[in-house]
Amino acid sequence: MDLFSWWQYDFMRTALWAVLLLVPLLSLLGTMVVSNRMSFFSDALGHSALTGVAIGVVAGVTRYEWVMLAFAVVFALLMNRIRHARLASTDTVIGVFSAVGVALGLLLLSRSGSFAGYQTLLIGDILSVSPGDLWVIGGALLLTVVIWLGCFNGFAAVSISPAVARSKGIPVRLLDDLFVVLVAVVVMLSIRWVGLLLINAMLILPAAAARNVARSLRSFHLLSLLFGLFAGVLGLWLSYYHAVSTGPTIILVLGVLFFGTFFMRKK
Amino acid sequence: MRNCGLHCLKIEHITVRAGGQTLVEDVSLHAHCGEITAVIGRNGAGKSTLFRAILGELPHKGEVVFSGHDGVPSRRRPRIGYVPQSINVDEGSPTTVLDAAVTYTSRWPAFLPVPRGLRQAIAGHFSRFAADSLLDKPLGRLSGGELQRVLLALATRPHPDMLVLDEPVSGVDGEGLSLFYKLLEDLRRDDMVILLISHDLSYVRRHADRVVLLDRQVLAKGDPATVFACDAFRQAFPTGGEG
Repeated sequence: MDLFSWWQYDFMRTALWAVLLLVPLLSLLGTMVVSNRMSFFSDALGHSALTGVAIGVVAGVTRYEWVMLAFAVVFALLMNRIRHARLASTDTVIGVFSAVGVALGLLLLSRSGSFAGYQTLLIGDILSVSPGDLWVIGGALLLTVVIWLGCFNGFAAVSISPAVARSKGIPVRLLDDLFVVLVAVVVMLSIRWVGLLLINAMLILPAAAARNVARSLRSFHLLSLLFGLFAGVLGLWLSYYHAVSTGPTIILVLGVLFFGTFFMRKK
Repeated sequence: MRNCGLHCLKIEHITVRAGGQTLVEDVSLHAHCGEITAVIGRNGAGKSTLFRAILGELPHKGEVVFSGHDGVPSRRRPRIGYVPQSINVDEGSPTTVLDAAVTYTSRWPAFLPVPRGLRQAIAGHFSRFAADSLLDKPLGRLSGGELQRVLLALATRPHPDMLVLDEPVSGVDGEGLSLFYKLLEDLRRDDMVILLISHDLSYVRRHADRVVLLDRQVLAKGDPATVFACDAFRQAFPTGGEG
């Protein structure tokens, strides 16, 4: 077996770059999603892509990605309101939102006859990234890093205690909304390559594995990035040699990392 | 002794309504810097609700005004230090005490390596609260007493005009509690308005300067001896608060 034969293919080189940009982006956001116990929230958000696309298709919009993005932002802000209103059990409400969103999406798409054309939405394909897409992912990564440098303390302050954050004059609501909008944008951007069935795993797993062994916010971030990158590159490589789908392979490597670190948890 | 910027907190006619119920009704009180004002009352009397209204967290009627020594209301936003009963951090959280201190009291992004100077400054402040040795401990693994001291240290950097404390009902042992009260005594000399919800009536009797007995509205207020002797107090705490 030639360990480097994959390098001769343009699509594999582009896919490697995509992994090196996309994975850090998702791993970084994932740390806060995990700290805020929002993995169900981000899962529902991923599912909302289906509704967004369906609305776009039914409305006859050719670039339905934009409708999907706009819908996800509105959906995220709305779910955030519900999360804070504490009117009912939050996860029940998010579950209902998610289910209704998926049902509505499937219903609308079934009017056009078949789901086959939307399969990439569900499963995604990281090998389909074009060199032009890399600039988009790189731009999103840069934007996220800038927001992280400027707003991370605010996000963390709200996460630890909203009341203490508010007493220090930190704009709690604004930061909270900024964070969910950022997650919505990044998830919608990535869904084409990762697929809505797996996007949440890609977001959550690196951070979840890192949290098992991290001993500070610094090591939490560093390990989340390293685990994400390791799984991304190894997953891409393994999937090439075994001729299987890349996304699921990456997730499985992350799963192994999670369970491996789970048993090494700090006592 | 520090020169206090804002001298007096006036709470005028605060009313909080939610879900068709009046949780706090027409509460007025004045608290001065250098004094500990304790709010006491049975469970569900609206103590925490009143504090949340003062902190601006809950919509309310009425006014919260800070004024200087000259009695003129201040225009700047008062610096508030708040010590909550608990925080949203579980045992598995990687956030350390140092991370929380960097997060709440500096502009340095807390996920990057902390510069030595910043760490030293934080350690210096925390040493006053016997909490400098806790800096590398995860926030979710502190004992009740340790967490309370850490929260107190976070609340007092930078120096606040008003310190608002919601004392935990349980989880702090006797030794932890006496250390906490000693620190509070120390802070009182720093000239800040200290507002405390306390469940420890013997502490309140000995150390508070003013006491407010609350049950949706103010039932009694004044110095501890006066409030503890009134009928409303005996009705609220039939055992005199012992046990």
